[in-house]
Amino acid sequence: MKSRLLEPQSFLIAREPYYEPQGEEVSLFEKAYYNLIPMLLKGPTGCGKTRFMEYMAWRLKRPLITVSCHDDLTASDLVGRYLITADQTVWMDGPLAQAVRCGGICYLDEVVEARKDTTVVIHPLADDRRLLPIEKTGEVLAAPPEFGLAISYNPGYQSVLKDLKQSTRQRFVAIEFHYPPAELEQKIIERESGVGTERAAKLVRFAGMTRNLKGSGLEEGASTRLLVHAAKLMVSGVSEGYACQSAIAQALTDDPEMIAAINELGRSLF
Amino acid sequence: MMDTDTTPPPHEPLGVSALEDWLDGVLDAVLSIRRSTAAAAAALAGLGREEQDYARHWIDVIAKTNPELAFHFATHVSEALKRMRPEDSEAWIIEVMDAYDKLGLYPAVAILTDIGSFATARDGQARAATLETVAPMLELFVQGLAGRKLSLAPAEQVYTDTGTLFLPPRLTVLATREANRMLYKIMATHLWAQVRFGTFRGGPDALRAEWGRYEDPERAARLFYALETIRLDACLARELPGLYRDLCTLRRDPPPAWQEACGRLSRPGASVDDTQRAMAALYADEIPAPQLYQGTLHLDAVAQAMAERMQRERVALKNALGQMAREHPLEGGRERRFSVHTEPGGQGPVQLMLDGQPLGAPPEVQALMQSVLLDLGEIPDEYLVAAGDGSYAPPHAKRADDVWQGTYHEEGAFLYNEWDHSREHYRKDWCVLRELDVHPVHDGFVADTLRKYAGLSARLRKTFEALRGENAIQRRQKNGDDIDFDALVDALTDLKHGRELNDRLFLRSRRTARNIAVMFMVDMSGSTKGWINDAERESLLLLGEALEILGDRYAIYGFSGTTRKRCELYRIKEFGEPYGDLVRARISGIRPQDYTRMGVAIRHLCGLLHAVDARTKLLITLSDGKPDDYDGYRGQYGIEDTRQALLEAKRDGIHAFCITIDHDARDYLPHMYGPANYALIDDVRQLPLKISDIYRHLTS
Ligand SMILES: Nc1ncnc2c1ncn2[C@@H]1O[C@H](COP(=O)(O)OP(=O)(O)OP(=O)(O)O)[C@@H](O)[C@H]1O
Ligand SMILES: [Mg+2]
Repeated sequence: MKSRLLEPQSFLIAREPYYEPQGEEVSLFEKAYYNLIPMLLKGPTGCGKTRFMEYMAWRLKRPLITVSCHDDLTASDLVGRYLITADQTVWMDGPLAQAVRCGGICYLDEVVEARKDTTVVIHPLADDRRLLPIEKTGEVLAAPPEFGLAISYNPGYQSVLKDLKQSTRQRFVAIEFHYPPAELEQKIIERESGVGTERAAKLVRFAGMTRNLKGSGLEEGASTRLLVHAAKLMVSGVSEGYACQSAIAQALTDDPEMIAAINELGRSLF
Repeated sequence: MMDTDTTPPPHEPLGVSALEDWLDGVLDAVLSIRRSTAAAAAALAGLGREEQDYARHWIDVIAKTNPELAFHFATHVSEALKRMRPEDSEAWIIEVMDAYDKLGLYPAVAILTDIGSFATARDGQARAATLETVAPMLELFVQGLAGRKLSLAPAEQVYTDTGTLFLPPRLTVLATREANRMLYKIMATHLWAQVRFGTFRGGPDALRAEWGRYEDPERAARLFYALETIRLDACLARELPGLYRDLCTLRRDPPPAWQEACGRLSRPGASVDDTQRAMAALYADEIPAPQLYQGTLHLDAVAQAMAERMQRERVALKNALGQMAREHPLEGGRERRFSVHTEPGGQGPVQLMLDGQPLGAPPEVQALMQSVLLDLGEIPDEYLVAAGDGSYAPPHAKRADDVWQGTYHEEGAFLYNEWDHSREHYRKDWCVLRELDVHPVHDGFVADTLRKYAGLSARLRKTFEALRGENAIQRRQKNGDDIDFDALVDALTDLKHGRELNDRLFLRSRRTARNIAVMFMVDMSGSTKGWINDAERESLLLLGEALEILGDRYAIYGFSGTTRKRCELYRIKEFGEPYGDLVRARISGIRPQDYTRMGVAIRHLCGLLHAVDARTKLLITLSDGKPDDYDGYRGQYGIEDTRQALLEAKRDGIHAFCITIDHDARDYLPHMYGPANYALIDDVRQLPLKISDIYRHLTS
């Protein structure tokens, strides 16, 4: 039996990702990391959680291994499984085992989406034991101090079927993310897309309008990500109206009345 | 009857005499020496052949019904065909015939002769925009614009009381429907701007007093509004440049003599005070006609709405701050001081501070502060004094035992404990609860509701169908539609390693078995009387129809009662019971009763829910307000007992969720249900949709 490992170096982030801190999250994350405490990032979609992780991984010079969780994700998808190659079975580490072995940072995006029995495999890893038992091979991996674990989740969804278990959440230090304050968000849009100040400012105001509609038919207002998308389209020559319509209104909802209202709001600004 | 002899070849129009001959033949019965068809024939001769044939066809048809009517028709038809588009003339003819059938000759002739009104009305229809059709979009639009939630309502005049925007039910002033829709949008934005940019900020009384200083206050009011509109337009130009472009297509420029005032009112910092100041110099001038999107200023309506809201929001804010202060306790028992930091110009979010430290305010508190800011331009210190523990004091309440002594037996009833927060323990067997039946009412309610919400009902059905249809792939099945390669590989590995071969090697896609049981607990207290009760009943009916699709188990109970000795739960649908005409009739029969003692109702219904075998159990409460009963079950006491009952439910694995229509609910619902477990509805009409939305969210 032979072990196959992906090159951990390929997960190193070479260039500094652009990240605008919203508060003291950078130092908090660092302190938790050095104290071997895993992190829980809460916040709405597209508010910079993934970007923050990339930035932290770069800062701490550790490989970042990201897993997007979904409801078909099994424990073996995280830990690893046997593969068959030319009459041989080969053990293949899953991303979590990989991260543990190479002392990387494993980021489980949207953990609530994963099935509850899957989430449980991180329990021994997320408390002070810091162990990952691999049932299939009979191995127990002890995480090196460089290993870090972070999970993200959006508490905005109200589904009771997708709540994080207490026994899971109480293992983490939590940081709450919001959409950045107006000035910062404008700066981010400008930096990310190269759009001009005036348009970026209008996009931020537009986002505010859609966020006013949260709960009245919109599940979520426009995220920073959507604003960056719209701005990029504008920079590439798409008209302001069309960019807002396609990158924002249509991306937010399918409800024709809501789309009409959002389009009108966009039109009133641009 | 068409006379073929006098008919020239097709395409060529008929001449006067040929037409006259033909008309004489058809209308013979009603002609006399003093009444000939000459005029009609002359008019018809001016039409093209196709139109002539069209007219003759109808003259012929009408003559068979009533020759007198046909005579009048023949006289007017040419003008009608010239003035109206073909589809409109056809509508005109049909309307004439209809009027004849229903009302007789005279009204029919009246329509015939008054082609002008008919044509105008038809034109109007073609270009009319109605509030009914634009409102759904417009309401969202206005809400997106800013802070406070403003609703729309039809009225003959365009105005706002700062809580509702009143708009005409129909607009036909502009030439096309599109333009009239735009006018709606601009009118709504203009009214919104009055709220947003502080037309009434000093309070309506200050405005009235100011106008009263002029010789003719009514004229002063008009002048004020004209100038204020200039200021608001400038605000819109800055805030909503895109909309301002549209507005400019309708805007008449102010008179040249006003230029200087315009300049001052258009400056970024200009406020309503500048408008007042500009009045004196221009009072003698002629006041320009109001802009198309202007309406009227109804100071009385504003005064009333503002007073009610400010009172409500002051209390709500103080309570919310009280709650927040308790959540951030401080050693030493120092008095907590709240303050706020607002950005100049009232833009952007308000930063709340507690003892000088910034404190994140939850969205509902943020919304409250914004709304106060809109009314007052600042948040006065007295609003920032946190309310202490709302201790309850039931001064006159009679004792439960006295009221019911001897008349009400506790036999056959359920006894429940109640939580007394001040003692921090339960009062044993404190509440007496009975289950009663709702008297089924077979009236038109069911049919009416289903008709009224046909569209919504179909939409709900569709979303619920989608929910049911969600496929899930089950892995590692003994048999199935496809091979589970993961399982196969594992099994082969096991085999190689000399372990037992697993036989669960298939994937099976199967509709997820929705293992859910839901209890709906419906407020039947006296305060639901009227529209809330109607909305509850309508929602339950629509929900019932839609839930049938999912096949989830559910029960519906109403709750009410008077004092702890008479708590009542009304059975509307039990878990095992099929949803059918009887349940529908019970829903129809839901009537407001007495008070709202929530804790005991929750305890009993959770007991029922507990007995059902389901993986997910939900308790959804529909209520219009806080727990409230006659014998001291109010304020903190009621809230704490309800919260305790919900905690008990949670311990039993029941998820509780509350939907409420109470404006002040933000103060106490998060405390009772937890932040993510409640929803507030401003508009009861949204209840059916909201409830299904929430249901869908909670269970998918
Ligand atoms: N603080 C920030 N600094 C720099 N860029 C940011 C920041 N916040 C948001 N962005 C921009 O927003 C985009 C979306 O952010 P990101 O992908 O990190 O969101 P997320 O929170 O991970 O969302 P999801 O929960 O949907 O995965 C980024 O690609 C980046 O352009
Ligand atoms: Mg992400």
